[in-house]
Amino acid sequence: MKDAFGIPQSLLVLGGTSEIALATARRLIARRTRTVWLAGRPSPALEQSAAELRGLGADVRTVPFDALDPDSHETSLGKVFAEGDVDMVLLAFGILGDQAHDEREPINAVRVAQTNYTGAVSAGLVSARALQTQGHGSLVVLSSVAGERARRSNFIYGSSKAGLDAFAQGLGDALHGTGVHVMVVRPGFVRSKMTAGRPEAPLATTPEAVATAIELGLRRRSETVWVPGALRVVMSALRHVPRSLFRRLPV
Amino acid sequence: MSADTVSVTGWGRTAPTAARLVRPRTYEEAAAAVRDCGARGGIPRGLGRAYGDAAQNAGGAVFDMTGLDRVHAIDADEGIVLCDAGVSLHRLMHVLLPLGWFVPVTPGTRYVTVGGAIGADIHGKNHHVSGSFSRHVLSLELLTADGEIRTVGRGTPLFDATAGGMGLTGVILTATVQLQPVATSLMSVDTERARDLDDLMARLTATDHHYRYSVAWIDLLARGTATGRAVLTRGDHAPLEALPERTRARRDPLAFRTSRLPAAPAFLPEGLLTRTSVGLFNELWYRRAPRARTGELQRMSAFFHPLDGVPQWNRIYGRGGFVQYQFVVGHGQEDALRRIVHRISERRCPSFLAVLKRFGDADPGWLSFPVPGWTLALDVPAGMAGLGAFLDELDEEVAAAGGRVYLAKDSRLRPELLTAMYPRLDDFRALRAELDPRGVFVSDLARRLNL
Repeated sequence: MKDAFGIPQSLLVLGGTSEIALATARRLIARRTRTVWLAGRPSPALEQSAAELRGLGADVRTVPFDALDPDSHETSLGKVFAEGDVDMVLLAFGILGDQAHDEREPINAVRVAQTNYTGAVSAGLVSARALQTQGHGSLVVLSSVAGERARRSNFIYGSSKAGLDAFAQGLGDALHGTGVHVMVVRPGFVRSKMTAGRPEAPLATTPEAVATAIELGLRRRSETVWVPGALRVVMSALRHVPRSLFRRLPV
Repeated sequence: MSADTVSVTGWGRTAPTAARLVRPRTYEEAAAAVRDCGARGGIPRGLGRAYGDAAQNAGGAVFDMTGLDRVHAIDADEGIVLCDAGVSLHRLMHVLLPLGWFVPVTPGTRYVTVGGAIGADIHGKNHHVSGSFSRHVLSLELLTADGEIRTVGRGTPLFDATAGGMGLTGVILTATVQLQPVATSLMSVDTERARDLDDLMARLTATDHHYRYSVAWIDLLARGTATGRAVLTRGDHAPLEALPERTRARRDPLAFRTSRLPAAPAFLPEGLLTRTSVGLFNELWYRRAPRARTGELQRMSAFFHPLDGVPQWNRIYGRGGFVQYQFVVGHGQEDALRRIVHRISERRCPSFLAVLKRFGDADPGWLSFPVPGWTLALDVPAGMAGLGAFLDELDEEVAAAGGRVYLAKDSRLRPELLTAMYPRLDDFRALRAELDPRGVFVSDLARRLNL
């Protein structure tokens, strides 16, 4: 069960090697979390993440999970929920793709869309149903500012996050009053291995800062969290910039 | 019998979860509700005054017992009442006072049910004299997981597991309670100020036994030499001759008079209770209290239940809710108490309802909270930065001093500390495993703390 501050005792991470997810898990383990499920494609990196969290004192197990194989979600996630209540699901998987390359190779672009959007739709719905049955829990969805308004430089990724963001908002409304809390997290540019080597955007942040914001959002039962918080204002302004001007902005 | 899926919280309004709220109107309906409650079990709920998640059951059933609220029999000579567990202490006071009887123990609110009073084994300002509520319960009827109704007498393991058992042994249907005789409905109250914590503890130790009721309101925002300054209010039921002649009170000495302000509005913003506003309130409260005053006549409602005068006062903390923290440390652990009070004061927790009391002898309930010693209760807005980690540190102090926190108020304890705090927990678990092998009775509290 979550405590009065929204801190979960058990956590399921979808995308068990995500740096933001691991930073969040570390933070939550330091407070209350004792059981962690890391779901992801079996890999040494996934086992290494599990080992790192075990070192912090949590009971960590890995679960094979592939965002690109929605047919398997029901089975793989069902197993986790059958073991006991999950207080928080962190939907953290996603790929950035390579915009220029993906524009030339549509099949790669589709893979970005399938991972970030359709994979999340499937995993999100499976998790939401299980949480609704248990009558409590938070579904935390890692969206992105890139989904707020499509940009020339990464609209493939951005559009997939836009879909995910809209889906998660709708799901949050659908689950209102069921005891399940859906929180959409919109970080800006996060310095991590996913963005390594890319030019940094203004208001760049870190996985640790996102984790801090998630913990605060859990306590406040927020529906939307921007990281850093200033992006809320910046993006609400950018949203209204005319297209002709927006496409010339260096963002 | 109605059933709706609703979002449920405790009085502190934190950690809402959804449950099917079932409101039985007869014992048969209650038994049927227990038998049919489904895989995620059920938990009885009274008036929802437990601060944390004790009367919540995510995904399962919550039995609203306030529909079973008959007072069956009153023995006006012996002062014994037999009533349904859903009867509130408020109602009992209205019914019993004209007959010259009062509830044996009342907490800071009279809007609790008899069932809840037993389930949390509540205490009041008279704990040092009268013990906790269960001491005055002669017997009770318990609806257990098999759907049967058992009569449970004092001194049995099932009674001791149920008293303070947070509703996890079954649904209390009725209770027979021994009452306290009173001559009037007024209280004769002595008030005095204590300039700091040591002064306060000295006064409580020296003179508490002169009073049936005793409590100290403590200013946890005072710092430096004033740390732990307090206002003591102690008293007893006023005898008839204490009431002035030819007054309304004297003509009708047993009338139960209460007054209520309008309820707190539903959507108060968060952040009303800051260090500044609470500090100012505390300062005024302390200053307006007389240095020493004896024999003041107060209404029972003003003496016992001042907060009941503002319905839904819990809303003043805003949507984020609040956490109440209450612990007890034994006699001889005064240093631990001092350290904790100093830490809270240094931390500047905006707490305006902190109460210090000296407990008397413990009662046998396995998970009953009171033990002889010092208990401190404080309210803090849940949104205060770093509060979770800070209370964890206080837990460590409390556990190291052999103390415990109160489950009826808890919403955030670390489960690892529970066995140290409640040594009879293993007995409690064993009894439940035998009595309720399918785990029919379960609450969010039980899940969180693995009770």
